[in-house]
Amino acid sequence: MILRVKDVSVARGGVAVLEGLSFEIGPGQALVLKGPNGVGKTTLLRTVAGLQPPFKGEVDAPEEAVAYAAHSDGLKSMLSVEENLRFWAEVFAQTDIEKAIQAFDLADLRNRLAGSLSAGQKRRLGLARLLVTGRPIWVLDEPTVSLDTASVQLFADAVRAHLAEGGSALLATHIDLGLDVTVLDVGPFRAKQGDAPVSGYDEAFL
Amino acid sequence: MKALLFRDLKLAFRAGGGFGLGIAFFLIVVILVPFSVGPESGLLTMIAPGVLWLGALLACLLSLDRILALDWEDGTLDLVATSPLPLEGVVSVKALAHWLTTGVPLVVAAPVFGVLLNLPPQGFLWLVASLALGTPALSVIGTFGAALTVGIKRGGLLLSLLILPLYVPTLIFGAELARRGAEGQDITTPLLMLAGITFGVIALLPFASALVLRMNLR
Repeated sequence: MILRVKDVSVARGGVAVLEGLSFEIGPGQALVLKGPNGVGKTTLLRTVAGLQPPFKGEVDAPEEAVAYAAHSDGLKSMLSVEENLRFWAEVFAQTDIEKAIQAFDLADLRNRLAGSLSAGQKRRLGLARLLVTGRPIWVLDEPTVSLDTASVQLFADAVRAHLAEGGSALLATHIDLGLDVTVLDVGPFRAKQGDAPVSGYDEAFL
Repeated sequence: MKALLFRDLKLAFRAGGGFGLGIAFFLIVVILVPFSVGPESGLLTMIAPGVLWLGALLACLLSLDRILALDWEDGTLDLVATSPLPLEGVVSVKALAHWLTTGVPLVVAAPVFGVLLNLPPQGFLWLVASLALGTPALSVIGTFGAALTVGIKRGGLLLSLLILPLYVPTLIFGAELARRGAEGQDITTPLLMLAGITFGVIALLPFASALVLRMNLR
């Protein structure tokens, strides 16, 4: 289960934002992406998750191994915490949601509607979703937004446990999780400006 | 797949889920038509099948932008696209859920509303049959439109404009089937055409919907 990114360029709206990126993440490893806002971290993560094709280069991710967590958590406000988690577990053909509820301290909230949770609690539920996917490679976009220090610690523990079980993680985050991880500053890979933007039509029909 | 269907049905029946929106709209149209065209029962009998079909179609149209837009807004669609579910299956399940929460209630309510429009007794069977056969096509075509316009803020207007011409064949043959049924004429041709449209779109459009959805998610 190795995620390989070879000489990849990614584009947003047909304009290349990052180019020439290469890295490899194996079992038990995590890579943290850093860089200024707008540099293309989210675009890179969406590319790795398979939501968009790389502009150039190759993303070699094992089939059905990537669990993606975006800025939005994909929660339904009219479903309870437990119903939300159970839905995602069923989508990924898993049955055990208790581990996820314990790991992110959601036991007291399990029958609350997701719509009545605070932003931090929603985020915890969104991260708990990762545990019910049962997938080895986590691709996380700003996972600690709106979390308090205790919750950040819960998240760091979850990532540590995931890595210890042979999983791997690719994170875009600005805070130090206290994990033993490689940090990659994507700033220097910023695409040179002045490249002619490709036509949106060509890209759409590639 | 099953999880997605049950979740969508559950959401539709919870507060703010939109179940009943279509049926309420249908009821309003059917109640207002006799007031606007006058109480002459012969005229109402004549236009009843067409009005009932048009009302059902517009009621269907009303809830189309909810099919995918809500899942897009809260990020579910991105996450579903990276899950093991094939998008072709996802859009089919979405269309099925829409049909179960919008189409089926319209089919069930249509005979009751037919009474309000003085539909002749022999017309009820074919009215229900035509709606039961035609409304799945409305949901599947509507899901295609929803996939085309997902991600566009206030895409409802664009969605309606895109979808209305695609609804025309279903409306023509559906209303024709109901009319011929009510007048006791031969129903073979519209019945076969309507069945052909419905089964054709069920077989083909999910692939188109999944394709445009993939592009829209980029």
